[in-house]
This record gives sequence, C-alpha cells and structure tokens, in this order.
Amino acid sequence: MAIDLLKDKGIALEMQRFTWKELAPPTYSKLDDDAFTRVRVILMNGIESEALRFSHGCARMNRDLQLALARIRRIEQHQQTLINWLNPADQTPLETTIGFEQTAIEVTASVAQSEPDPYLAQVYRLGLLEDFDHLYRYSALMDRVEGKDANVLVQSYSDIVPGRPTLVQHRAPEDDLRMAYDRKTAALISKLHATTIMAGEHQTHDYYMNIGPTYPDALGRQLYAEIASIEEQHVTQYESIIDPDETWLEKWLIHEATEVYNYYSCVEYEKNPKVKAVWERFLEYELGHVRFVADLFESVERRDAAEVLNGKLPDPIRYESHRAYVREVLRKEVDFRARGTEIITAEEEGPDSPSVLYREQLNSEGSPTERVAAGYVWSPGGELTTRSNGNSKARPPAKKSTSHATGAR
Amino acid sequence: MAQLENVKKAVGQNRTGIATAKKLSAEMIEGTQEFAPTSAGDEREVAAVRAEASSEAGRIGSIPPPASVKQAVSTAAKAIQREKPTLFLDKLGARIGFERSGTRLYEALLSKFDIHGSFTGGPSREELEQIHHDELEHFHMLTEAMVSLGGDPTALTPAGNVQAVLSQGAFNIVTDPRTTLPECLEAALTAELVDNDSWEALVDMASIAGEDELMTRFGNALAQEQEHLMKVRAWLAAHRAL
Repeated sequence: MAIDLLKDKGIALEMQRFTWKELAPPTYSKLDDDAFTRVRVILMNGIESEALRFSHGCARMNRDLQLALARIRRIEQHQQTLINWLNPADQTPLETTIGFEQTAIEVTASVAQSEPDPYLAQVYRLGLLEDFDHLYRYSALMDRVEGKDANVLVQSYSDIVPGRPTLVQHRAPEDDLRMAYDRKTAALISKLHATTIMAGEHQTHDYYMNIGPTYPDALGRQLYAEIASIEEQHVTQYESIIDPDETWLEKWLIHEATEVYNYYSCVEYEKNPKVKAVWERFLEYELGHVRFVADLFESVERRDAAEVLNGKLPDPIRYESHRAYVREVLRKEVDFRARGTEIITAEEEGPDSPSVLYREQLNSEGSPTERVAAGYVWSPGGELTTRSNGNSKARPPAKKSTSHATGAR
Repeated sequence: MAQLENVKKAVGQNRTGIATAKKLSAEMIEGTQEFAPTSAGDEREVAAVRAEASSEAGRIGSIPPPASVKQAVSTAAKAIQREKPTLFLDKLGARIGFERSGTRLYEALLSKFDIHGSFTGGPSREELEQIHHDELEHFHMLTEAMVSLGGDPTALTPAGNVQAVLSQGAFNIVTDPRTTLPECLEAALTAELVDNDSWEALVDMASIAGEDELMTRFGNALAQEQEHLMKVRAWLAAHRAL
C-alpha cells in the first residue's frame, strides 16, 4: 500500500465521529493474539497520547491556533481512548508493563536499524539496551513475586536477559541531552522516528508513574520508581534530538505525519482483523489531519508543506523479532555511557563525572533493579521449574525470629 | 471501666464511616433529598450493558495446540475416546499456574513470618516451609503430567488465566508490607479453599479420562492440600481465640 502524505486526503474532519460504545470496543485476547498486536496497541496509545500532549502545549503558546488544535485534539482524544480500551481487563498492570518494555525493545530496534543518521542510530541503541534490561528486571519481579512467566506475554520474540544494568543507567541531567537533528537537512524518516520513540517513552513514563504505586509488594514499588526515573531520562534524551527551532506548525505537521506513518506500519503488519480495521480507519483519519494541518501551515507560514513532508512515506516499522540485532548491539555496546551529548565507553567515564556521582548517591541505599533480579535466570515456565524439590525449602530467615513470637498485631 | 479503656486503646482514627463525621454526613443526606437523579431507570442498566458487551466480546482465550504433531495425533485419538479432553488440559494448566504462584505466595508468607513472628496457636516456620515445599512439588508433578498428556506446561490456559486473576487479591494482601500474619492467613485460606476444590475436580477428571496413575498422584496431592486447609483454618481459629 503506497501512501502519499500530501496527496491522499483521507477522511474529512467532520466525518471523524465516535459513539461511547465504539470507544469501549471488544478487546484483543491476552492468550490468543500475537504479542505484536499488544505491542502496536501500546505504541499507538503512546502516539495518540503524545498528540494530545503536544496539542495542549501548542495551544498554551499560540492563541490563534487554539480552535484548530481543539478540533483535532478532540478526535485524537477519542482515537486514544478506543486504542487504549483494546487492552483486556485480565491483563494486569505488570503484564501490561511487560508489553511496554517489549514495545520499547522491538520498535526501537526497528527504528535504530532504519535510521539513516548514524548519531541518532547510536542514540537509539543506547536507549534500546536500557529498555531491554527493564524487561528482564520486570520479568524477575513477575516470576519471583507472583510465580508467573513473563514469556506468556513476550511469546518468545524477545530475549529475557540482562541488558545494560539499570543500576548504571542513572545519569545526571547534563548527560541525558543529545544533539538535535537539523530541521533543514534531516531526512523525513529521522523526524518520524524521533517523534515516535519520544511518544512511546513518554507514555511508558506516565504509565509507570500511574500504576507503580498500585503494586503491593515493597520491592515492586521500588522497582517501578527506579525504572520510571529512567523513562524520564529517556524522554529527556529523545525530545532533545528533535530540532527545537522547528516552528509550532512544523512540529504539528510532523506529529500528524508520524501518526500516519505509524498507522500505516500497523496496517501492514496487523493480523487481528478487528484491530486491523481500527488501524485502517485511523490511517484515513490521520491523512485527514495531515491535510488540515498542511493547509493551515501553508496559509500561516506561506510555505509549501512539502518542504517538511518531503519524499514518499518511508518503509514501515518492522513489527517482528529483532533478536539477532539486539544481541549484536548488546555484545558490542552494553558498556556504553553518555557524557554530555557524546556516547562514550565505561572506561571513558571518570570516577568524578556528574553521572557517576549522581548514581552513586541514588544507589547508596541499594538498587531495586539489582535486588529483584539477583542471580535471576529466565526459564520457560518460570524460575521454579529449575528448582528441584530438594532445594525448595525456603531460605533461612532474613532476621532471627522465634516460632511463636509476638506477631499478632 | 477497664474494658472501656481497652476498647479505647484498640481503636484508631478510621474515618470511613458516617459516625466519625455526623454533621457532614447529615449534610450529605440532605443533599440527596434536594438534588434528585437526572437519569431515569435503575441499576438494571448495568446488566443491560453487560449483555450488549458479552454478545461482541469473544472469549478470554483458547486451549493451546498440542506441543508436537505426534502429540496432536495422540490428542485427537484421545478426544474420541474421552469426554472433554481439552477441558482436562485446561484445568491441568490452571493447577500448574496456581501451584507455581502458590509457592511464591508461601514465600511471601514466610517473609511475613520472619518479620512479625507468629502467635499462640499460629504457624511455625517449619509448617509454612512444609506447605511451600508441597506446593513446589505439586507444580513439578503437574508439569510432568501435562507433558505426558501432550500439553505445554508453560502455556497459560483460559482456566489458568481465570484463576490467576481470581487469586491476584491474595497476592496483594500477602505482599503488602502493612499486613499482619493473621491477615495474610485469611488470604491463604481463600487460596487453599479454591485449591482443595480444584484438586478434587482434577482427581475426578483423571478418573474419567482413565489416567489411573495420574488419579493416584493427584489424590495424594489432594490429601496434602486438605491438610494445608485444616492447618490454615486452625491457625485462624487460634488467632480468633486470642
């Protein structure tokens, strides 16, 4: 399917309507649907969430655009609702978390491989190995606290092994900023990639900030707090690669184009017919949004929208396992760090660097990500499958207590 | 008077009932009298929407396919011979998940024990360790049984999913750092009650399927689970008597 961002008109805004019943549709199946259906639902929820976030920010800074933004935003609110409500109620927040990390891994891996700018590709690889580690840590939590196998969600597409340990991912703010692409020379795909990954990471951050405190186990609560902090770093990183000199309307146009690109990618890969119909419908909606914003852009800025949306729509995000690629990056770059906007090796990071001092303080009372996965090796069906009955007697108590002490408080 | 003092010491600042806010709650009631409902009808609307949604919702999930072609042939053959063979695999999958999670549940109970200790007539560490040991043993035995029947022990079956959702509350209680050992034993009681009934069902199903060896093994597990239930009940009774 060939899409032309500026020639395909999509569906007119006034025809983009919903009912409440439509907004709470039948869900996908946690058990029967392909893991990448969940991945797409999670990512597209993030994409629409970013659409709303950007739109509100823009409205607060641009009086003349407020009505136009409000019209599109109302539709995007409902698009996000319909997509997010595709998640089934039997999928616990921790199970959805596993889905979030798989999304980060596989989508970032696809993006990193097709990104033409070598510096930006390097930045994506840096983030990739960090989210990769989060999947492993959350899987350990799920296995060790709830006795559940995260691979029920992952469906063997993504490895559950350590990445760059989260312990060393904590960086000082000055080491989280990266160099931005140049809006005048960057390829369209670079702009679409950056907005996509920024959107995904921002939604991941917000999700953990919302559901983290709903987790009952003490170590789980700490784990969400620690990983949410990294997701905040990732948002900082990914928003900094976007040229801040783009005009508001230019950014809006890129956002809408990113939405088209992502729905197009989803349509290309989706196997669930009901979910595919959602992607197809919203692809048409987004083409309508691009047309609307392009007209606005051209009338306000007096320049051709094709200056921003140049060239044909790039190849879609590849919704498939990137295991071999991720392992290759893991072998070569697990020890990478950041210094300012530079990606460096661990050896280059001095003991007094801002990030080292920052994480030493944060980790000074212990690291939840280390503790939850201490010695953890994923095994099909969970860690307990490898524990023989003879070794199953619980570990000695952490502190001394007598059998009949004073516990009946 | 001493009794009144004891009651005063035992109660706290719970604000959830109307008795702690007599004036405010009177205003609340008064408000409902002035401002009448704006929507006609009653709670039957909830049921009506449930009915609409159910007609479109599909199922939670399906039984996974057999692990190999050979096993698929075997399963098909057995399907002719036996009644509802997939239901057997479904329920077997549910017990695998439940026993694995139960092992972790008792690890959390052991943590609770180590933090707070027990109470007169409550569990000893050795007793909790024994149950933990039994749960793990049952998990391994069920895994072997599933493999022997051509199923995939790592799959989450629909019945397993239902039981996992049901037992989420027990985990939330046992892993919450604020809960006491007796509160956690209430969670264990819920789990053990379900477990007892589920093992009984599994023994029946093994019998109907003609799996005599499995029936014996499941029967032994049921006996252990009955013992767990009796113990948890006794601990809770002892706590009530304190």
